[in-house]
Amino acid sequence: MEHNGTTNGAAGPRPFGLTHDAWGRLVLTGADGRQHAGVELVRAFPLSDPRHGIALCDGHGHEILWIDDLDELPAPLVRQIEEELARREFVPVIRRVVNVSAPVEPSEWEVETDRGRTRFLLNNEDDVHELSEHRALITDAHGIRYLIPDIRHLDAVSRRLLERYL
Amino acid sequence: MVPADRREETADQLQPGETLLASFEPDLDHRLSYAPGLIVLTDRRVLAREPEGTAAPRWQSWPLTASVSLRTVEHGGAGTLELVDAGGRLAYWRYTSGRGTAAQRLAQKLVGWRARAGGNIDAPAMAVCPSCGAAINAEDGRCAACEAGPAKPSVSALVRLAVFARPRARLIALGFVLTLASTTAGLVPPYLTMPLLDKVLIPYQNGKSADFSLAYWYLGGLVVAAFLAWVLDWGRLYVLARVSERISADLRARTYAHLQRLSLEFFGGKRTGDLIARVGNDTERLCNFLSLNLIDFGTDILMIVMTAIILLSIDPLLALAALCPFPLIVWMVYRVRGRLLRGYRQAGAAWGAMTSVLADTIPGIRVVKAFAQESREIERFEVSNERVFQSANRLNRVWSLFGPTVTLLTTGGLLVVWAFAIWRVSHPPYITVGVLTAFLAYIARFYTRIESMIRMVSAVQRASASAQRIFEILDKSTSVPEPVRPIHPGRLSGRIELRGVRFKYGAREVLHGLDLTVEPGEMIGLVGPSGAGKSTLINLICRFYDVSAGAIFVDGADVRSFPVEEYRHNIGIVLQDPFLFYGTIAENIAYGRPDASRAEIIAAARAARAHEFILRLPCGYDSLVGERGQSLSGGERQRISIARALLINPRILILDEATSSVDTETEREIQAALENLIRGRTTIAIAHRLSTLRRANRLVVVESGRIAEIGRHDELLGARGSYARLHQAQMELVTGGSANGT
Repeated sequence: MEHNGTTNGAAGPRPFGLTHDAWGRLVLTGADGRQHAGVELVRAFPLSDPRHGIALCDGHGHEILWIDDLDELPAPLVRQIEEELARREFVPVIRRVVNVSAPVEPSEWEVETDRGRTRFLLNNEDDVHELSEHRALITDAHGIRYLIPDIRHLDAVSRRLLERYL
Repeated sequence: MVPADRREETADQLQPGETLLASFEPDLDHRLSYAPGLIVLTDRRVLAREPEGTAAPRWQSWPLTASVSLRTVEHGGAGTLELVDAGGRLAYWRYTSGRGTAAQRLAQKLVGWRARAGGNIDAPAMAVCPSCGAAINAEDGRCAACEAGPAKPSVSALVRLAVFARPRARLIALGFVLTLASTTAGLVPPYLTMPLLDKVLIPYQNGKSADFSLAYWYLGGLVVAAFLAWVLDWGRLYVLARVSERISADLRARTYAHLQRLSLEFFGGKRTGDLIARVGNDTERLCNFLSLNLIDFGTDILMIVMTAIILLSIDPLLALAALCPFPLIVWMVYRVRGRLLRGYRQAGAAWGAMTSVLADTIPGIRVVKAFAQESREIERFEVSNERVFQSANRLNRVWSLFGPTVTLLTTGGLLVVWAFAIWRVSHPPYITVGVLTAFLAYIARFYTRIESMIRMVSAVQRASASAQRIFEILDKSTSVPEPVRPIHPGRLSGRIELRGVRFKYGAREVLHGLDLTVEPGEMIGLVGPSGAGKSTLINLICRFYDVSAGAIFVDGADVRSFPVEEYRHNIGIVLQDPFLFYGTIAENIAYGRPDASRAEIIAAARAARAHEFILRLPCGYDSLVGERGQSLSGGERQRISIARALLINPRILILDEATSSVDTETEREIQAALENLIRGRTTIAIAHRLSTLRRANRLVVVESGRIAEIGRHDELLGARGSYARLHQAQMELVTGGSANGT
């Protein structure tokens, strides 16, 4: 199928390149020298396996290139891709739950994340998903996702506030 | 062929040299009253004996002329077997639907005999039961050895819970020992008050010298007994509560596991809500019963027996007087028990019905709202809710009278003791005040226990009703049984052969003898009007149901001789409305093979043309779908289900209207995905849109339970049969649609 990009050693140490054009769009230069502007990077498993399976898609969502394993790429390219991904993905990681306004939804949550302190509205208790044991994802009223990588690493107050949802 | 008791009578009717072919016993007369009759088919005539009861049994006969034939018609529980010739109906007989197959057999026998032009009639061919290997009659394909199901056990459902208790025997024994100890500890205090009164307090009050240091000893003893009772009670409650929670968890797990293994036939006839209520509610009730009531019950019995022994040892006469109301209470319990059990069963059923309304309308809420039927649904719920209330109320009426009556009787018992004791204190042989106090303390305990035990009657009946409802599920055996001597299919090559396949839903036969062979890797398209039996045929091939007669062979072995799970690992199914479970997309694709690697999942999604739309979702393959997850369009869900089927790499692929619920553009996408899927697999596809089946090697037209035509698209068009008509109709629909500008 569209599986025409590979990162196996056979494709050489630098199978493709990424640059920005004058409008700030990401430009992919494939191994064959063809250029694609406005490329987006998409992780196939952003939560369960972020470093494997990354797709480069064009503006219409069609896959141009597929990266099986990020760590098989040359280091500078990896850094570049990681920067791009960080710019694209907004999933704050919750470090501490400060307060939950009400025992029933909709409730306002005050949390400390890796990107700073924030408040959000939780519409429905079903929007707190337990991804795997001890791992949770919260989707707020605007569809913004907040990740809790390991509930056991939260403090006691946060854990007690989360207890009801998990 | 003819029932034994009729053989002689029948033989008398035959002419010399006449051979008997088959017989049939209709069981109704013309007015549809039950009456046994007999029809005999010979190589010359059809003979019938009029049903008994009409008049003296007499025989009639019709010669088998060339135009004579037998027909069966079935409608609403009763069938008609008609003997017709070119000029009209010669005779007819009625029978109940249970004999429908036998009647059809008779009609076919005549056809079959004619076909062989009066040649030898085969003796009924013998076949071998695919499950146990016993010889069976090939005509109906049923094995007498396998069908004799286990007799329904008559033991009370509560006693049967013991099966689940056995693995926890050690904990239960510990709990019992603790119960015994704590009950004994609870009985010590009144025994100590007796000497405290008689030896210390009363002598002291009467001005006699008394050893006061004894009082401290007795007090100390009372404190120790209280603490001992506390510790032992603590241990007892914890151990027994744990055991009962464990048992009901086991019961729930077992019920659910059993439910999962039951065939679709069972689920077809059950309401979802009722099943949920049974697995959830009834096991919970049993747990409550085991953890709270049963423990109390045990303690009560122990307490009562021990108290009775103490009472008898202190003063037998007084004890007997105290026990006076006891027989009366026992009689009352006996009276009330049956009524309570019936009441609780009814209440359980009412609760199940209420849950069913919920399970029905909440998933169907879109339809409810679309037709603005909210208030009617509210009313429907209220009706069933009212029924729950009524059934509980009926119970309460019995109960509210019963409880206080028991209290009245126990109070009566206490009064008897007081009266008798007063008499005994004043008449020789005297008893001491200390003995009297102790006695009253014990008797009060005794009756409290009796009361609580009697209140338990209700709990026992309630639990018993719940246990019955659970065992009803556990006693159901699947209608798709596992073979006794299984053949392990391994990886099949996918050759499917249907031999004389018949299938009945209840009394209605929907497939009337299908023969078809599908070669490995071939794609067969099933077409025909709805209700023709296409989906039934697929259900049989998947072994969701078993054939009523005939057999399905895959790679030369009867499908009933494969272990069901191993066989189904070879089958991939794509349904019209694919179901996604709550979980991530990756989990849903890997549903049939949870151990699949991420690379395999992606490869399957790519082949199913699902990869790109999955990448567009906010969490990619980690996106949650299903009931509470991301909503996907019909085409997207369909492609996920195709990926799911691809991933298990099945040898046999079933497509049941896989593209009929999507628009043409999406259908094109799905078609492309399907081409990857069907490559190299035996495929059976049902489709209404004939265009979907253009890749099929052969098309099979099914009409009212029979195969009408088989052939390639152009062959069938040339034959100008059913297929040509179907095709014509669809072409008209398409052109007519475009003419209207839609």
